[in-house]
Amino acid sequence: MNVLAPPSTLKPQDFASDQEVRWCPGCGDYAILKAVQKALAEIGARTEDTVFVSGIGCSSRFPYYMSTYGFHTIHGRAPAVATGLKLANPALDVWVVTGDGDGLSIGGNHLLHVLRRNVDLQILLFNNEIYGLTKGQSSPTSRIGTRSPSTPTGSVESPVSPPLFALGAGARFVARAVDTQMKPLVAVLKRAHAHRGASFVEIFQNCIVYNDAVFDAFTAKDAAADNQIEVVHGEPLLFGRDKRRGLRLRPGRLELEAVTIGEDGVGIDDILRHDETSCVLAGMLAAMAPPRLPMALGVLYCDPAARFESVAAGDQAAPPAPEALNALLRRGHTWTIAD
Amino acid sequence: MVSAQLAAAPWNSGSGFGTFMSSISTATTLPAPSGVHAQRQALESAVVRFAGDSGDGIQVTGGRFAEATALSGNDLATFPDFPAEIRAPAGTTYGVSAFQINFGARQILTSGDAPDTLVAFNPAALKVELADLKAGGLVILDTGSFNERGLRKAGYVANPLDDGTLDAYRTLRLDISQLTLDAVKPFGLSQKEALRCKNMWALGLVYWLYDRDRRPTLAWLQRKFAARPELAEANTAALNAGHAFGETAELPPGLPGFVVDRAPIAPGLYRAITGGEALALGLVVGASLAGLPMVFGSYPITPASPILHTLAGLRQFGVITLQAEDEIAAVCAAIGASYGGAIGVTSSSGPGIALKTEAIGLAIAAELPLVVINTQRAGPSTGMPTKTEQSDLYQAVFGRNADSPLVVLAARSPADCFDTAIEAVRIATRYMTPVMVLSDGYIANASQPWRIPDVATLEPFPVRFRTEADGFQPYLRDLETLARNWAVPGTPGLEHRVGGLEKDYDTGHISYDPANHQRMTEVRRDKVAGVVRDIPPLRPENGNESGPLAIVGWGSTYGPIARAVTVLRAEGLDVAHVHLRHLWPLPANLGELLGGYDRILVPEMNTGQLLTLLRSTFLVPAEGLNKVSGQPFKVHEIEAAVRTCLAGQRPQGLQGTNR
Repeated sequence: MNVLAPPSTLKPQDFASDQEVRWCPGCGDYAILKAVQKALAEIGARTEDTVFVSGIGCSSRFPYYMSTYGFHTIHGRAPAVATGLKLANPALDVWVVTGDGDGLSIGGNHLLHVLRRNVDLQILLFNNEIYGLTKGQSSPTSRIGTRSPSTPTGSVESPVSPPLFALGAGARFVARAVDTQMKPLVAVLKRAHAHRGASFVEIFQNCIVYNDAVFDAFTAKDAAADNQIEVVHGEPLLFGRDKRRGLRLRPGRLELEAVTIGEDGVGIDDILRHDETSCVLAGMLAAMAPPRLPMALGVLYCDPAARFESVAAGDQAAPPAPEALNALLRRGHTWTIAD
Repeated sequence: MVSAQLAAAPWNSGSGFGTFMSSISTATTLPAPSGVHAQRQALESAVVRFAGDSGDGIQVTGGRFAEATALSGNDLATFPDFPAEIRAPAGTTYGVSAFQINFGARQILTSGDAPDTLVAFNPAALKVELADLKAGGLVILDTGSFNERGLRKAGYVANPLDDGTLDAYRTLRLDISQLTLDAVKPFGLSQKEALRCKNMWALGLVYWLYDRDRRPTLAWLQRKFAARPELAEANTAALNAGHAFGETAELPPGLPGFVVDRAPIAPGLYRAITGGEALALGLVVGASLAGLPMVFGSYPITPASPILHTLAGLRQFGVITLQAEDEIAAVCAAIGASYGGAIGVTSSSGPGIALKTEAIGLAIAAELPLVVINTQRAGPSTGMPTKTEQSDLYQAVFGRNADSPLVVLAARSPADCFDTAIEAVRIATRYMTPVMVLSDGYIANASQPWRIPDVATLEPFPVRFRTEADGFQPYLRDLETLARNWAVPGTPGLEHRVGGLEKDYDTGHISYDPANHQRMTEVRRDKVAGVVRDIPPLRPENGNESGPLAIVGWGSTYGPIARAVTVLRAEGLDVAHVHLRHLWPLPANLGELLGGYDRILVPEMNTGQLLTLLRSTFLVPAEGLNKVSGQPFKVHEIEAAVRTCLAGQRPQGLQGTNR
């Protein structure tokens, strides 16, 4: 166990368990499941060394559909369980699957701390801006005005931004993807896996029953090109159907603006290049939203730092011998009572 | 013959008796104490309490006295009583810090009911502690601190030295402050530093009073102040001056000085240990006997934190500690670690255990080993964090949603914490179950001599992970223990999913089948109930297996009950002491044993929790003796209740029969 093995030659379907998938027909979770299985196959992951840990909610059923090891824990606590698992065996490849309610409401504290500790995990937060499994209440990412059984006149609370939360918590890898956009999603998952430390991935996931089409402003076929931007390290931040739109710093202000190349004297050299090691830029990108600015997707931030388990656990000590334990018990002041 | 081998104790950051170990770094052998003073009065045992301001070095003083006492061959038990405030204003009653030691020529089971001698360094200490002193007891006072300011801060309207407050006691009224200043004058200290030596002056006097050897303390001072030789010399001078005062001064009649003979102590190598330290060391040894690394998740909470502090320094012994973001994360990390093939341990006190409850249920459903330590404190809610109670028994046995059984053990003394921790690890891994260990604020902080075992003589219980893929199912059970097989991630061919959802008995898949849930609920119950096979038949600790009266106790009431029963039986009274380490499941023969007594008295530091458990389980008319003052039982309280019971009466404050 834990000896570095050669990459496996498993196919995506080899990562599927024998259990019938029971999400609602049309749920975005199906697409994410496929993308994760594809990413694992392309990575060369081994089922025995891979663990999916989840909390509670629709997304948290995920482990049951994987042929790897899996632990379906309790609401919000998957990051803490995964932290203990990595401390016990840092060689395992551990994925945390959570949702907007699980990860940012009841489990917000654990998400904060797993990110700041930088435990080597891939944390996939399926954001559908609603509580699905409990039948449609508003969630911490629901937008103001969201009507739900618990907010019949519309939610009045400001939503939390998952990537901004992650950056604020000190995450060293923050990425974003859309459930049905298989290719970029797989690419992001592979980057998340390659990153040593806590990798945070927000996946926009459509809840067809309780919050359908909530991301249409940037995922619908006719809107996607003009309202999302795939950021690539070192490349100019371009978007739009013909990539003529771009992002630059508004002159004299620390804020981004969308411009069109060829208009108002804007050339390609005016367009900002993505620097995924810049936390400030990542924050500005994460804060963008349609219609004024496109939704930023891809790896917003990647700047590795020391992993928690390597610092906290160090080299796995061999079990102590009785002599060593005897010495431990006898440390300090001892005295002998003779016969 | 008593000798001392001294070595460094880097894990010891506690106080009280424990502190004397922390700064000893050289190996030496000390000679036996000097011979018995001819005119001294022999005592079987004595209780001394030092009390003063937090800044007076009370815990250090007590720790030195405990060391000298251990080296003179007495048995002993100590208890520190710190103020709840971290830095209370000087001179106030809520800033009083105290340290009590009971030592004797016999077995010592508690830190003592009431002091024979009280050393009060200031008016506040006198005000707080005087009521506990035995009638006719000795008060040693620093009159130098009984000035207008000191009296006002302590809240005295009249000076207790003059108004008859002390008439019922013997007093030694000494201007210890001035005597100390005189003794340390040659060393050129500031007034403040010079006055800080007065604890050593007083200690020197008490050493003379009880015929303790000063040399271990003098050696300690040299090490402690190695970097400040003038302080070492000044404290040495103060200690010697206090001692010389005892030898040469005209002390009041009736104060001949005392002598306390050696106690009949089992031969062996000893150290002092608190309950917190013993739990930590027991866990380390238990994990080793199981052949597992330990992951210890904890969140700071009084009075449980010393366990985290002790374990945090033991990384080289296969211990990983996580100071988690909250109580829930602490237990969840422990569960994750157990899932990964370590022994997961979490530790807290009652309010924190409440937060862990849901996760403990997960460990029960997933059938993973887990050790949960509850160092109980007075409640409900935040209650009195620094005061002891044993009121979390219901919480331990019943305090979860649904039918969610686990194993509950309780330690009875600081040293017993070591064995209890090992047993917890053994049961958790053998039965794939959470085990709750109950300690409390009293035994966590109290210190006693501990005969150090040889680890090589302890029975290992190596864990065998499942590796055979053929025929594997995640809930495949051992036919005897009903424990499911433990297959850890990383093992090829055993990939499986566990979690909090109900699982099929055979396949381990999610199941909502009615008959399956009945079967799984029953097997979880039967598995924990089956732990009785590992519990030896219960016998009385003292007394007969039948008779007019049994005192049944658990946890830290062991000490006062054991002492009371010893005293009463020596008087010829027929009373038995039955002590429970296993609270759930209860020992198989307990019902039969209890049936042999006419009356059953259950002293508890709660309003009757074991009492309810015994009455509901065995339908016996047990009666409670309940104390919830935040203070341990005193021996005389148990004695009085027993006498009343044996006289056919109900003791005052006794509860239970009419509920």
